[in-house]
Amino acid sequence: MALAAPDITTRAASAEPGRIFRITSTLRQVVSTPLGTIGCALVALIVLTALFAPWIAPYSPTAISVKERLADPSWSHLLGTDQLGRDLFSRVILGTRTAMTVALVSLAVALAAALPLGLIAGYGPRWLDAGLILVFDSLSSLPMIMFALATVVLLGAGLSTVILVIVIYSVPSYARLIRTQTLSIKARDFIKAEQAMNAGLGRILFVHLLPNVIGPLLILACLDLSTIITLEAGLSFLGLGVKPQIPSWGNILSDGFAVIRTTPLPVIAGGLPLILATIGFTFFGEALRDALDPKLARESRP
Amino acid sequence: MTFFILRRIGLGLVILLIVALLLFGMMHMIPGDPTVVALGPRSTPEMREAFRQLMGLDRPIFEQLGLFLGRLSQGNLGEDVWSRRPVLTMILEVLPYTVTLAVASFIWAVALGIVLGCAAVVHHGRWPDWLIGVLSVGLVAVPSFVVSLYSLLIFAVTLNWLPAIGAGEPGDIMGQARALILPSFAIGLGWVGYVSRIVRAAMIEAMGEAYVRTLRSFGVPERKIIYRYALKQAFLAVLSVIAIGFGGLLTGSVFAEIVFSRPGLGKMTYDAVISRNYPVVMGTVLMTSGLYVTCMIIADVVTAFLDPRVRSAL
Repeated sequence: MALAAPDITTRAASAEPGRIFRITSTLRQVVSTPLGTIGCALVALIVLTALFAPWIAPYSPTAISVKERLADPSWSHLLGTDQLGRDLFSRVILGTRTAMTVALVSLAVALAAALPLGLIAGYGPRWLDAGLILVFDSLSSLPMIMFALATVVLLGAGLSTVILVIVIYSVPSYARLIRTQTLSIKARDFIKAEQAMNAGLGRILFVHLLPNVIGPLLILACLDLSTIITLEAGLSFLGLGVKPQIPSWGNILSDGFAVIRTTPLPVIAGGLPLILATIGFTFFGEALRDALDPKLARESRP
Repeated sequence: MTFFILRRIGLGLVILLIVALLLFGMMHMIPGDPTVVALGPRSTPEMREAFRQLMGLDRPIFEQLGLFLGRLSQGNLGEDVWSRRPVLTMILEVLPYTVTLAVASFIWAVALGIVLGCAAVVHHGRWPDWLIGVLSVGLVAVPSFVVSLYSLLIFAVTLNWLPAIGAGEPGDIMGQARALILPSFAIGLGWVGYVSRIVRAAMIEAMGEAYVRTLRSFGVPERKIIYRYALKQAFLAVLSVIAIGFGGLLTGSVFAEIVFSRPGLGKMTYDAVISRNYPVVMGTVLMTSGLYVTCMIIADVVTAFLDPRVRSAL
């Protein structure tokens, strides 16, 4: 059993090295499956591209050059240019950074909002729990793209609207997961012992419940990343997301769609990284879930 | 059973009420004149006046809310501020297109999903099973609007096999069917992965049951066991996915309708967003939520009815 050894070390040695050992062993387990190998490779590619984007891109993604409109691929423009003469390769590379920034920021906000809500629903009184669950259910039965469109009418298109929509979309599923975990842990003996010893609410919530909730939450978040990236790209494609001049895969697709009968290249160039990113994060998330918690398989959103 | 159905319907109505409250509340939570928030700064004074009248904006907020909910309960979704036509009439005009599209995508998803799922079970544990597993997860992940764009590019623009825009001329059934193929494929493909995974899991579970062991001991051929007995179990499992799936198919149709410029609920909502026509957006969002909730209730009830284990527990 590969898992038994690190568990013993965690208990025997100090917490830090044990934890690192466990993370590496989990990663090894993720990489050992075909899904995990492909996922890890793609995620690494995406993350590295996003980090080093300005150094990889040969041109400024917003530099307009009227003389070179819709140029064919060449050594100076690897993927050619779009209808404003902007270098497509540079826009795709910088688009990676836009996608990752939007995804991580909205994920962080969503997690920060879902944690207290889920803990309250799981640990609080029953009527509050029932009310919150009803709100979560209603939010998830709202077709998300429709809700996004309604929000855009009122707030106007833009980065903050995109993030808001993603947050409202993600919070119910995270909060529900936290609630389920909280409910199952609440009844355990060590919590009862703490309560018997008159432990404060804060201590129970943060020392006992929180660490138990974080793991499953990260898996769900990882699986969600591809949905979030899709939502941002989709809204930008409709012209309702980030501003048109910002390099984003959705914007590249939108520009490419306008000239699809002249050249297929912009549509292919904008869609391919999007497919690679969504597949990468989904594969990685699935492999991570299988490695960490097979039970969670039933909890994930279809 | 009756109690179960009534409770599901009650829950559905509560969910719709919350959606309506959300749509109503959002308009008022955003600072500024609600008519400008909802219709945009370029709207004419007449349109703002029409919207003020429609929502009763000069009355106290609770009276507005009562007016709004009362109107909805009578099935009145309000009026388009541009054309002054009832929103419900506009929705009913385009709804058949969207429902046809959703049904066609659903057929793609189930047909391809069952084929892939069966193939995985037949080759269980060998490389085709493994490949189908990876493919299924991949299909789930790929954004449907990228599939729409790519299939438009390949089959309509490059190969010129199928029409790129529209829904076909009225009366021309073949033309309509041809116009349906690409958009429905683009929406359905994302669900193939779910269906195949569920079919595979349900069939493998069924293959481990005692009655399958009995069938084997009687010398029934393995293929017959797979296609006649195990597949029957899989249909039930697929049905529960439809519950969530059908609403999702409706959502996916938004992008497909825009990419292929087909008339439909999604295209109508998008056009209303671009022209900042909030009453229409409110109407279509409520309508899609209603459809979504209805599909969920029907699927829940049918699943409960078909599965004797669930039925006896009610």
